[in-house]
Amino acid sequence: MAEKKFNPLPGFGLTMGYTLFYLSALVLIPVAALFLKAFQLSWHDFWRLTTDPRALAAYKLTFGASLLAALVNAIFGTLLAWILVRYEFWGKRFIDALVDFPFALPTAVAGLTLCSLFAGNGWLGRFLVPLGINGAYTRLAVIIALTFVGLPFVVRTLQPVLENLEQEVEEAAATLGASRWRTFFSILAPTLFPTVVTGFALAFARAVGEYGSIVFVSGNRIYETEIAPYLIVIRLDQYDYHGATAIAAVLMLISFAILISINWLESWASHFER
Amino acid sequence: MSIELKNVSKKFGEVAAVNSVNFSVKEGELMALLGPSGGGKTTVLRMIAGLEVPTEGDIFIRGKRVNDISVRKRNIGFVFQNYALFKNMNVFKNIAFGLKIKKWKRADIEARVTELLKLLGLDGLERRYPHQLSGGQRQRVAIARALASKPGVLLLDEPFGAVDAKIRQELREWLVHLHKDLNVTTLFVTHDQEEAMEVSDRIVIFSKGNLEQIGAPREVYEQPVNEFVARFIGVMNVLEVEVRKGVGRVNELEFPAPTQPDGTRLRIGFRPYAVQVSPDLALYRYRAVLRRTYFLGIMLRLELELPSGLTLRSRITKEEYALLGLRDGMNLSLQIRTYRVLAREGGSLPPELQTAYEHPPTIAEHI
Amino acid sequence: MAGTIQSNLKARRTASRRGTEEPAFVKWTLITIGLAFALLFLLVPLVNVFYQALEKGVRFYLAALTEPDSWSAIRLTLIIAAISVPLNVVFGLAAAWAIAKFEFRGKAILITLIDLPFAVSPVVSGLVFVLLFGMQGYFGQWLDDHNIKIIFAVPGMVMATIFVTFPFVARELIPVMQATGSEQEQAALTLGASGWQTFWHVTLPSVKWGLLYGVILCNARAMGEFGAVSVVSGKIAGQTQTMPLRVEELYNSSKLSGGTAAFAVASLLALLALFTLGVKTWVEWKTRRNYELAQRAEANFQSQI
Repeated sequence: MAEKKFNPLPGFGLTMGYTLFYLSALVLIPVAALFLKAFQLSWHDFWRLTTDPRALAAYKLTFGASLLAALVNAIFGTLLAWILVRYEFWGKRFIDALVDFPFALPTAVAGLTLCSLFAGNGWLGRFLVPLGINGAYTRLAVIIALTFVGLPFVVRTLQPVLENLEQEVEEAAATLGASRWRTFFSILAPTLFPTVVTGFALAFARAVGEYGSIVFVSGNRIYETEIAPYLIVIRLDQYDYHGATAIAAVLMLISFAILISINWLESWASHFER
Repeated sequence: MSIELKNVSKKFGEVAAVNSVNFSVKEGELMALLGPSGGGKTTVLRMIAGLEVPTEGDIFIRGKRVNDISVRKRNIGFVFQNYALFKNMNVFKNIAFGLKIKKWKRADIEARVTELLKLLGLDGLERRYPHQLSGGQRQRVAIARALASKPGVLLLDEPFGAVDAKIRQELREWLVHLHKDLNVTTLFVTHDQEEAMEVSDRIVIFSKGNLEQIGAPREVYEQPVNEFVARFIGVMNVLEVEVRKGVGRVNELEFPAPTQPDGTRLRIGFRPYAVQVSPDLALYRYRAVLRRTYFLGIMLRLELELPSGLTLRSRITKEEYALLGLRDGMNLSLQIRTYRVLAREGGSLPPELQTAYEHPPTIAEHI
Repeated sequence: MAGTIQSNLKARRTASRRGTEEPAFVKWTLITIGLAFALLFLLVPLVNVFYQALEKGVRFYLAALTEPDSWSAIRLTLIIAAISVPLNVVFGLAAAWAIAKFEFRGKAILITLIDLPFAVSPVVSGLVFVLLFGMQGYFGQWLDDHNIKIIFAVPGMVMATIFVTFPFVARELIPVMQATGSEQEQAALTLGASGWQTFWHVTLPSVKWGLLYGVILCNARAMGEFGAVSVVSGKIAGQTQTMPLRVEELYNSSKLSGGTAAFAVASLLALLALFTLGVKTWVEWKTRRNYELAQRAEANFQSQI
């Protein structure tokens, strides 16, 4: 091991010690307890609990809807980031500030208001339901809610990158005779793509775990609009700790996987900088 | 001795930043640590301050070994390269910080800060915040802050590095005056040889973690101990010659070396001012063409090409240039008035070679 | 004359910009789509909360808020935030100091672990505490024997809230502390300051805006957390119900009446979110302005010489 670099500042032992203690007590040990509990199950039981048809339907909805919502956010979030950085228009600063609203708003409130908007007598439902678009208590409702909660991620990840993009590169492309479209697709898009993917992954991660808003909007119908986190709550309410633990362990593993890929994506995205 | 380093070394992992350095700073002296960046001079300064710990060796401040004394207790004033002013405090509070920590009385603090503000020409700025100051003002605040509690030694890391070239000159003179007034032992780091020459009483020259030479500015300029110092302090013509029959030769140039056996290779160095030229082709021994003239204020640098293609640099004053009626492309005669032997191939330099040579022997002229 | 020059300059400027700007109709189409998306997904839901809350008049609104169970939910929410936020602030400061000011092995892993609660579903965050302290959990029997209640009680809710809001303060502080470097702290040390004095007088003031935003964000999340708290709370009205849980109950019990009471409680949480956004915008404005002031001072100074 290399010699520890001397640092004249004091307090490393104290702060590091406290950090590790607090992290262990409130995060690591509880998370470890989950896996410990899951390991107590036999492999057979674990497999049975995590793959029963109801659970499978819940995963399918959770991941399918999250994927779609993150995709919508990747497209519209990119567009929103672009116009907020590149163009001037009335109300821009207000919209910019409002982008973080889904992040700051408690998810229960988000679910409540979205549900009332898309219900048959709501402001939006009034027009959409007659057209056959039902945005409350359906799978579509789940997608809408997940889009709402994941909205800030793509915009906020992309914005600083767009701001720091050197205009000269585009100008250089223009002086070389490239059309605007050509410049966009061969210069801007490849540079921005990793960042958009990072934002997409963040929005996806947020959506997979989302619970509060979905409880309100989905109607929680078995096999149809029941998401995986809700199924955990159901199992708990039935005192089925094994069932709850098994599904939670699956979700947690997927969270780890997403977290690791986001870290990897961020380092990939930063390759293009400097 | 105010500061003394004995066999001080510093390793960062496997990399040796400072190799067994010995030197001392006298009480009240203004001393420069000079060298190219990455030469280890900032590390030396930080070790004296206690911001780094030496891997080996001892550091003494005013006769007391300070290796195990923390930076807080060393009673040094340290001026950081980028000043490290406290951004959230105004000028007054920045300067008063150390005094408050040392529990001075409020009235004493007030008096001391006012005194420093006056001394450093900062009156009227005490309510300003660092971002409202110019670079030069920031630097003076940093120095005032370091001086506030009357430290035994003042350490400055590249004090003029972050200010604009134009006011750098002004600040140098100002530092000399300040030092004269306060007479506090001062050690500063710089990579600018001109700055070191102009400001300091003595210079310590570093290269790649090694101490190359210590001496007064004139001493290191006129008697550089090796080629590195010679080249680092000012411009120097350096030639490699081979000795035949007691004379070192390269192309048409000859340098007497009577004590050296045939086949010895020597490195010869001479300052541009030692190269004398004249439009009178009969006056000096060698011929050259004036290829190009560089204007450096009151001095001019001439690029001279010998018939063999060898290029030498000369330096003369504007007046001389006008007097001699020089023009680019002109044929000139040339002589090398004085030179030094910088190195001998495969071995150290014997003492008899370590003097300045007059060549050809002429009336010793003042530099 | 001056006018012509100016208009000439302007014309040249637009001409030269055309190479790197989209045609007007593309630009305005993009703006229109973006704005429509933002309005639909951001503004309309926000306005709807307040509209629904006040639909039956101010009197009904106030009555819904002061009704005993709602009132107790508001109090409990404040209590939980008042415990969990300061704890996370202390942790955030300690973690940021260790991570931003020192070099050590495994730093990247430590940062990832601190981020972990971000990635975990709130329901799972609640569940882990049930598995530890619930009746079936590892310490359940022992706690029951000693008559200590954690799950379905306030301590469990506090722990779940801390877990969910764990990274916020640290995450805001680490980049700010890294950006300011440690030269100012070193300067304080050379002037004789102790570690605490340095931290208190130098470090803390220089990160205060980042800290403020971290605290506000942490607080918003702590007060608004639903999933994790709902799993550990037992949802006993008047005892272990926080505001978000109260919203759920009011909504379920009054689906037919349109949930005005639910919206009344929700509107307080929405106000909290708006307040959070306001502070964020203000902090950003403040830091940007400080930066610009510094830049301008530098520019002024450069032009003087």
